[in-house]
Formats: sequence, C-alpha cells, structure tokens
Amino acid sequence: MLIDLFQKTRDSSMRMKGGEEPDAKPLKVCKGCGAAFKARNFGRNLYVCPVCGRYSRLLARTRIRFTADPDSFQELFGGLKTLNPLEFDGYTEKVRDLVGKTGINEAVVTGICTIGGIQTCLGVMDSHFMMASMGSVVGEKLTCLFEYATRHRLPVVLFTCSGGARMQEGMFSLLQMAKVSGAVRRHSDAGLLYITVLTDPTTGGVTASFASLGDIILAEPHATVGFAGRRVIEGTIGEQLPDEFQTAGFLRDHGFCDKIVPRNQMKQVLTQLLQLHQQKPRKGR
Amino acid sequence: MAETVRTVQEKLQMIHSTSRPTIDDYTATVFDSFIELHGDRAYGEDAAICAGIGMLGSQPVTVIGHRKGKTTENNIAANFGMPHPEGYRKALRLAKQAEKFHRPVICFVDTPGAFCGIGAEERGQGEAIARCLYEFIALRTPVVSIVTGEGGSGGALALAVADRVLMLENALYSVISPRGCASILWKDASREIEAAERLKITAQDLYGFGMVEGIIPETPSILKNVKKTLVTVLQELCAEEDMDALLAKRYEKFRKIGVFQEINQI
Repeated sequence: MLIDLFQKTRDSSMRMKGGEEPDAKPLKVCKGCGAAFKARNFGRNLYVCPVCGRYSRLLARTRIRFTADPDSFQELFGGLKTLNPLEFDGYTEKVRDLVGKTGINEAVVTGICTIGGIQTCLGVMDSHFMMASMGSVVGEKLTCLFEYATRHRLPVVLFTCSGGARMQEGMFSLLQMAKVSGAVRRHSDAGLLYITVLTDPTTGGVTASFASLGDIILAEPHATVGFAGRRVIEGTIGEQLPDEFQTAGFLRDHGFCDKIVPRNQMKQVLTQLLQLHQQKPRKGR
Repeated sequence: MAETVRTVQEKLQMIHSTSRPTIDDYTATVFDSFIELHGDRAYGEDAAICAGIGMLGSQPVTVIGHRKGKTTENNIAANFGMPHPEGYRKALRLAKQAEKFHRPVICFVDTPGAFCGIGAEERGQGEAIARCLYEFIALRTPVVSIVTGEGGSGGALALAVADRVLMLENALYSVISPRGCASILWKDASREIEAAERLKITAQDLYGFGMVEGIIPETPSILKNVKKTLVTVLQELCAEEDMDALLAKRYEKFRKIGVFQEINQI
C-alpha cells in the first residue's frame, strides 16, 4: 500500500501543470533568478536553486521522502473525502480535480514513520492543494494524528504551509482551528514532543493555531510566515512593507521561531531534537 | 417572544449600528461592581479588549470582550474592536487568573477581526490567538461566550472557545468578512451581501450546524435577555461538580465539528 501511494503520486506529478517538481522536464528555470539547470541536478539539490538559493515549495510526498527514513512512512487517515457543506459553486469540482492532479486526498498528508530511527507521527501540508487551506478534512486528519500520537505516546513533527482557513467551508473551517489546537493541547499535557516546521507560506488561521503551538518551532530559510496577508496589511497602512517583513528571519528576530534550518540539514536537526527527547520521564514526575 | 426574521443584509447593518450595546454597556448593566483591569504584563495595554471582574448576581465572574465605541473618537481609541497581540495576552492573563480564583469567564465577542498591521505581526498576532485557543480549551473553570455583533474570524474565535457559545439573534460569525470573501471569489467587494448569504453566518445557520448552543433574542431588551441567559447558563455549568467532565465535554464539542466522508479509514 505504501508503494501504491508513492507510485500513484509520482505518475500524477508528471501530469501536473506548473508544479514545482521538475522531474517531468529536462530543464528547470528558477522562478527567482531565471537561471536554467538540469532538472535532475535541481532535485539533487533538494529543489533549492544552486544559483540564488531560492527554495521551491515541495509536494508532500517529496517532503516525506526527504524527512522519513527510507520506506518507513505509512500513511494514516488517508480515507477521508472532502464534501461541500455550504454547497459553494465549483468547490466540489475543484477538489475533485486537485485530488486527480496531486494524487493526495487533501492538503495534508499524515502518517507514521521513523526519523533517524525514532518512531514519529509526521504531517506534511501541501501548498499545491488549494494553497493548503484548512477545511474539515485537513482539521480532522491533523486532529486524528495528534490523538493517535497521544494514544501511542509518540512525538509529532508537522511541516506547515497554508493560506489559512478554507473559505469554501465557512465556519466549519474556522472551528478546525480550535479542534486541532485542542488535540495539540492534549498531546502536550501527556508530556509529548511537538515540533513545527514552518515552510513557505504559513499564514492566517494555521499560523493562528497549531503552527504556533510547537514545543520547538523551526522554519525553512526565506519562508513567508504571518497572520495577515502582506497585501492586506499594505492596504490597511497604505504603504509598502520591507522585503524582510514576515520572513523566517523576521520571525526569529521577533522571538517566534527557535531556529532557521536549511533544507539539507533539516533531517539531521529533527533527528537530533527527537533523540534529545527520548529519555523516559522519571517516576513521580 | 416571536423573532422578527431579518435578512443577512439587515443583520449586517444592525451589527454596525451605534445603538447596539457594546462591552461597556454589558459591563455596566449586566454585572454589578465591575472593575476593569489593564495590561498584558509583557508589552502593553490594548483598549480593543475590555477585561475585568464583576458580579453576576451573587457570583463573581471575569468578563472579557472586544471593545467598540459609539463615537468615532471612542472607536479610534479602541481600534474599532480589532485587538493587537497584547489584547489577546491580556485576555489570557485574566482568564488564567479566573482559573486560579475559580471564577467563571464570560466573553463578549464583537470584532471585525484581529488587527492586521506591522506591530501586530512583529508581536506575534498568530501566536497570541493560537495561545488563546490552546488555553481556553483546557481552562479549568466554566467559560461562556456570546457573539453579540460581528464575530470576525480567528480574532473572534480566540474568545469563543467555551463550554457554551451563544449568539444574539442578529449576530453574525464568519471565517472571513463577507466583503473579503467577495473580493477574493469574484474580485468584487461590492457583492458583499451575496457572499454573506453563501457563507451561512447567521446565528440561525450556526445553531443549525451545531456550532452554537443557543440564540439570545434581542427583544424587548438585549441587555436584560443577556443577563437572564447568563444567570441560567452559569447555574447549569457551575452545577457540574467534576471539572474533568466539563473539560471533556468542551473538547468533544469542538472535536465533532467538520463535514466529510470516510471512505476507507485506516
């Protein structure tokens, strides 16, 4: 089943229009600096431009491949299907198309794996699926993941990216923020570790809930992270914002991120952090 | 009392009316000997959140609410009810204080949303709201929230994780402002009313979805009805002896929200 998952998504990525994954094309042009290089080399460089250092957004399956130990990832809660509770025009079709194009059922992939040999619950949000906005299914999968981790006494590593709560599901989306945060709280109260990795872009209701609640909050270099959208703020204050605003560096400098970790060091840093939390609690504490 | 059925358009006007009670009316009328308390003990004071302690009948309670003004001047001072992070951190400080002294917490929600600005981002607007959700879901004292006017997205939800979430008859509570929704969906903010209808944001809609536990009628007097409702609801909640049971119910209430289909749950 594990193999099915990966094969299916690999095939579908070949068809994907405008995706960041370059495997289908022999040449890749960096969206940041315009430099062209062999797609294969881009992949080997973890989809970071070797010329300007721009980080491409990753498909969930690629992120899982970079993070989990080989063949260790087993998907959980993948059998949930998005519905259209408010009967929003075009929403059902949009989701159906995206399921076909991306090969994932929703904007987050959840499961269990080992990272550096340590059993870990892993969640990866995927911006290629409606900008990883959070509706009922995203909220439910994450809640299930934290509840599973609490039951099995496992740490959770979550790669976040999101445009925020999903408008098309209205209040059902907004209340997922409270639901997931509740599950994070129970996981934390059980004395378990939750590591958030903020990736580009993490905004809105996701920033205002579980993305900000990690025991340890890491970020990828240059990731945009914030509550309000940049243009909304520029509209409110009537002036242009500096480039640095709402970047990972901005977050760290203001005290909201523990560490910025380059992509090629992420697995090692996660492993180190997971190892540092391996000690069993002493009796009576 | 029979409700007058209003359209969403009428409701949008009503919740912005200056004749509608604000937090200062509630603290002055519903509660006795209310004392406002200030500051988050970390950065500053945010006038967009009013918080303090008062008596509801014979019961001391902590009251927290978004503040709007009735005049332009007052509204500017309260930033039109749009809090900065320090506002949410003040709310949280006083909620934790209420927990310590076993006082129920009563929240009044009326905000267009959390403020979007440079300072708000620098001081962690997202983290401040997230922390409210994280603490209120497990706060070991009864919590009641009433959406009295506009419940604007995450900035409203921060004060609406409660044992009982109630709405005034004509209040609205939405994931995004109808105007914002219209401009994103159709690139046309003037289709606000249409977006408001599509989003299903009235008290009656949300009651139907099981997201709010009750609707408070607005006639003959909002203030009297709110007081009467609060007394009854608090009696129910305070009768619950076991705090763990209360917290389990609070968790389950939010846990069950969501619409999806299970195909082959692993």
